[in-house]
Amino acid sequence: MASESAVREHYQQAIREHFQQELEGLRQAGLFKEERYIQAPQGAEIEVEYPAGAAARRVINMCSNNYLGLSSHPAVIAAARAGLFSRGYGMSSVRFICGTQDIHRELERKLTAFLGTEDTLLFPSCMDANAGVFEALLGEQDVMIADRLVHASIVDGMRLCKAMQETYKHSDMVHLEGKLQEHQDKRFRMVITDGVFSMDGDLAKLDEIVALAERYEAMVFVDDSHATGFMGKTGRGSHEQKGVLGRIDLITTTLGKALGGASGGCVSGRRELVETCRQRARPYLFSNSVAPVIVAGALKVLDLIGRSTERRDKLEGNAIEWRRLLKEAGFDLKQGESPIVPVMLYNAKLAQDVARDLFAEGIYVVGFCFPVVPKGQARIRTQLSAAHGKHHLERAIEAFVKVGRKYDILGKGKQEIADTYGL
Amino acid sequence: MEDLKRMIRDYVAREYLEEGDDREIGDDTPLITGGIVDSFSMVSLKRFLEKKQGIQIPDAEATPAAFDTVNSIAALVGRIRSRAVPA
Repeated sequence: MASESAVREHYQQAIREHFQQELEGLRQAGLFKEERYIQAPQGAEIEVEYPAGAAARRVINMCSNNYLGLSSHPAVIAAARAGLFSRGYGMSSVRFICGTQDIHRELERKLTAFLGTEDTLLFPSCMDANAGVFEALLGEQDVMIADRLVHASIVDGMRLCKAMQETYKHSDMVHLEGKLQEHQDKRFRMVITDGVFSMDGDLAKLDEIVALAERYEAMVFVDDSHATGFMGKTGRGSHEQKGVLGRIDLITTTLGKALGGASGGCVSGRRELVETCRQRARPYLFSNSVAPVIVAGALKVLDLIGRSTERRDKLEGNAIEWRRLLKEAGFDLKQGESPIVPVMLYNAKLAQDVARDLFAEGIYVVGFCFPVVPKGQARIRTQLSAAHGKHHLERAIEAFVKVGRKYDILGKGKQEIADTYGL
Repeated sequence: MEDLKRMIRDYVAREYLEEGDDREIGDDTPLITGGIVDSFSMVSLKRFLEKKQGIQIPDAEATPAAFDTVNSIAALVGRIRSRAVPA
């Protein structure tokens, strides 16, 4: 019989080899994700070390969620620093024990006013908010009806909930109506969608969803992480854009994108639903309070964007111009009206190769492939920022065209690209 | 069995293909691995089969592999139905 240490070594070696083979498989399939090391604050231009050990070089960042260009704004940094000194580094507590400061309450109230809701509850992240909301509010007598392209964090949150899971074809209101009719026997129905879909950049038809929900007595939940701060005339989000302010029952969103880019998230909506989350949502009950430095920074962000729409206006202009430039150059784009502009490449390895070559040209983007997007739908997801200037877009399109010509993808659609590169 | 497979093919085409997608759903078309049905929306297919066939599909058997083709789904339904038949 093998000794205990021999068995342990074999066991560890077997596990090690298994995962090494899996990782090698990812590399072979062009699905392996590599980190790049940024040696600067986040911004329109950053210093990036890639590959590891290489000298850092200055590149234009076209893939951050820094939509309003506030991630390194001096006023935000100053406010965060002031918060650090006045309220300390960390709370060392969950919220309900001894983790709630006056500034947490102030931020929740200001988010409520900004989003046009009745109440707001902070979470350590929007991922945590999505993980906790459904399980806190719904049970076996209820049904969750989600758009098929909702964010992964919503899928995870729905899986934690005992309510029935249902889905509808992406943005298909006829299919959604069918599901609402089918589930009239349930206690509560909740329609679940992103406000702006993170991988495609299109907007949910919130006006139609709200109308259906009101007709069929359903709640509406929207994750507005890629909209809060800049969609809608005053940047309140996709609900403002679609003219349904005040008619969304629950909004989750993040402080980690346009609203400063640090971390933190929230759920905002009907008073009783938010209070129930405060009483029951597991990530709220069991995870650490948002750090004071982040709360202070977020308060300053809300102050800045409440005073002027200049940043969201600039972002909107940049997005329109970037789409125009890419379209004229012959790239295959997903239609949309947000600052998320996916350049479709379909083949995972092609997406990685194009991203690598763009980096060599001074443009920082990342190839997105399975499991982040469906197989055969690889892309480079470009994202605009209010921090981008005209010169950034001009330099970027020059690089995109050069690389696009190298891979012969300009003026080509899915079938032609698939014929050359496969899916 | 052919009626069952036709029912499954029709449901999959109606429930999962987007407008304008004119792919043929054959008995061996990979549904999950082919990206037509994802594991998230697979639940409605499971519920449809349970309702139409009057069966319960145990969660342990409702795997992506079992739901990957019309043939494998029909085989799963057949196995479950045969368990319900008294000796």
